[in-house]
Amino acid sequence: MPNFETVVVDTDLLIIGGGMSACGAAFEAAYWAKKHGLKVTVVDKAAMDRSGAVAMGLSAINQYIGYADGDNTCEEYVKYVRQDLMGISREDLVYDIARHVDSSVHLFEKWGLPIWKDDAGKYVHEGRWQIMINGESYKVLVAEAAKNALAGMGDQAQILERVFVVEPLMDVANNKCLGAVGFSVRENKFYVFKAKATMALMGGAVHVFRPRSVGEGLGRAWYPPWNAGSTAYFTIRAGAEMTCQEVRFIPVRFKDGYGPVGAWFLLFKSRATNATGGEYMVERAGELPKWAPYGLGKPIPANLRNWLGMEDVMVGKGPLYMRTEEAIANLAAKYKDDPKAFKKKMKELENEAWEDFLDMTVSQSILWAGMNIEPEVKPSEIAAAEPYFIGSHSGASGAWVCGPADIMPAEYKKQWEPIGVYNHMTTVKALFTAGDGSGASSHKFSSGSHAEGRIAAKGAIAYILDNNAAPTVSDATIEELKKTILAPMARFEEFAKLSSDPDINPNFMKPKMFMFRLQKIMDEYCAGVSAQFTTNKQLLERGLELLDMLKEDSAKLAASDLHELLRCWENTHRLWIAESHLRHVMFREESRWPGYYFRADLPDMDEANWKVFVNSVWDPKTGQYTMKKVPVVNLAV
Amino acid sequence: MPSYVILEKCDGCKGQDKTACMYICPNDLMVLDKEKMKGYNRAPEMCWECYNCVKICPQQAVDVRGYADFVPMGASVVPLRGSEDIMWTVKFRNGTLKRFKFPIRTTAEGKAEPFAGFETGTDDIKSELLCTEPASTWAKELPTIK
Repeated sequence: MPNFETVVVDTDLLIIGGGMSACGAAFEAAYWAKKHGLKVTVVDKAAMDRSGAVAMGLSAINQYIGYADGDNTCEEYVKYVRQDLMGISREDLVYDIARHVDSSVHLFEKWGLPIWKDDAGKYVHEGRWQIMINGESYKVLVAEAAKNALAGMGDQAQILERVFVVEPLMDVANNKCLGAVGFSVRENKFYVFKAKATMALMGGAVHVFRPRSVGEGLGRAWYPPWNAGSTAYFTIRAGAEMTCQEVRFIPVRFKDGYGPVGAWFLLFKSRATNATGGEYMVERAGELPKWAPYGLGKPIPANLRNWLGMEDVMVGKGPLYMRTEEAIANLAAKYKDDPKAFKKKMKELENEAWEDFLDMTVSQSILWAGMNIEPEVKPSEIAAAEPYFIGSHSGASGAWVCGPADIMPAEYKKQWEPIGVYNHMTTVKALFTAGDGSGASSHKFSSGSHAEGRIAAKGAIAYILDNNAAPTVSDATIEELKKTILAPMARFEEFAKLSSDPDINPNFMKPKMFMFRLQKIMDEYCAGVSAQFTTNKQLLERGLELLDMLKEDSAKLAASDLHELLRCWENTHRLWIAESHLRHVMFREESRWPGYYFRADLPDMDEANWKVFVNSVWDPKTGQYTMKKVPVVNLAV
Repeated sequence: MPSYVILEKCDGCKGQDKTACMYICPNDLMVLDKEKMKGYNRAPEMCWECYNCVKICPQQAVDVRGYADFVPMGASVVPLRGSEDIMWTVKFRNGTLKRFKFPIRTTAEGKAEPFAGFETGTDDIKSELLCTEPASTWAKELPTIK
């Protein structure tokens, strides 16, 4: 095996990740770090210009409050999220993101993001909280501003791309994060980052469950396949308390291509209908009272909208169609007496329809073109995707973090008082997270993730100023971690010559098959697509047994090169978020988000006993999980 | 197949230490075959079809063929990304051609001004105000729950 140089980077603030929240963090940190003479190091496994969930672009910004103009209030946003997540959300975090998100959106516009405007110069809304953009270069712009802000720090700032962070560097006895370790995916270098505060901002998780497409289309998940659960792994392994790990997200999207539906439902007012032309949102409305009060509120929670459609599919009423042809006809109808105006309107709508895909999900455009679908002529199928883990959108999984000092309820605050009240610090000292890494603060999307990265960065700099001591880590600890992280390469070298096939060997398994084994377990036992998103206690127990064996086998992973080493660790990260998810689903004895997962043995929502957060901690000292209920404290909104 | 490299057009970025497609791929898929001096996608089934390799290639040597396990053959979607806008050419299976052009940015490349002239309201690290606030919120003060 080649020799790996050990590179030690001493810094003040370590930002891991390069997506929306990491760019927000880098931008904000640059200001405060420069003022206080601190160093900032950003580590991204890809290239910041096009890393993270917004790498392809976006056609809408889904969180904008507009409170300065009196359009909406942060209080109304809190109520919206409360309703959508069936009562379970950290309202202090949701409020905090809401009051900072407009600031980020206004910055995006200044940086050069084309935001649609109406004749009066106001942003064009897709829905109440959503605004329309031409976002092909959204991520490029946000990364550019972050890089330019860091450049203003001179040699006090450093960006390392193509370095994959594997593991937190911990002082377990003092419950404190000291940095992180990882490796370059381009050269034989092992990296040790020692930091006074660390931000884990590596996004959510995809490919934990078996996707609907398993051939070439395996990679065409709704969320990007490079989101490997690295944030959750990092915070779990640090011993941080996790919350809402059961609240996976399943979006209903255009089938197979996973093109966005927001513009069709909200802007174009399209209906979704089943095999017989029936509208499940109308025909199944009678089922909503079962999920009261949320089922009776407006808007109807995303998971319940999913559920009504899923029920249609389960009883054989598929396919479901987005009635694009009808929606466009309705929108153009008022111009029907003026052929010129009608033609112009139709052209405009066609343009908007294609822009929606081309700016963020090009695959859906290829699928339309491949199937000869012109949306003004023919409807398109929609379907529920496989489950994903994200702290944004209508998912809620992630770490349990400290809220803002001015509005965090006392019941939450007391947990941080002994270790320090710093906004977005996890329950581990010096470890911060945001975006898809922080839980119970859904509906932050791209803009809110950026704002939340900023919030967390300011909290982290405040922590450093109060705890300004460089961490010490022994050489023995570093050598041990290096050996563990590089072990898959050593294993391949030791055993590969035994077999005629580099992938088939009794002494090891390759990361791809490891991922398929994980996906099969999760799909079949933990309410994946093939199980119609349904499970029960016995299936979960059996699933956990199988996961335990897979966890043991993670010590048998082998890598023939740096790329496979990356995949070995990404899939290990996926395994850990999978186990955490399964344990949460098992602990919560009810069905609360039926359109995300359904407990066939506990088919009802139980407001009396389960209107609580489920939180968990993996103890780095013992390797054991503990689960608990945590009360939901509502804000007075 | 997701992204693939047109051999005739690819020049391996003329022997630079990394190709443009390798630099940009968010999923570490694009690689340079140093013997052939051609780039390639090492795991097409892990490709998201994000098109970043297609958009960045100086030779227009990277294209996408829709995932063969669910996309009928014959379509193509080709971008041409400039400094202000992007032009898309969409070819249908039945030969229909459509062309779309959308803006991508309103500022010059590289010129995103981070603080954008928004003044910082306070230097208090413990304040809830972020570095450009309250100015960048457009409101006089940051909302709170009273």
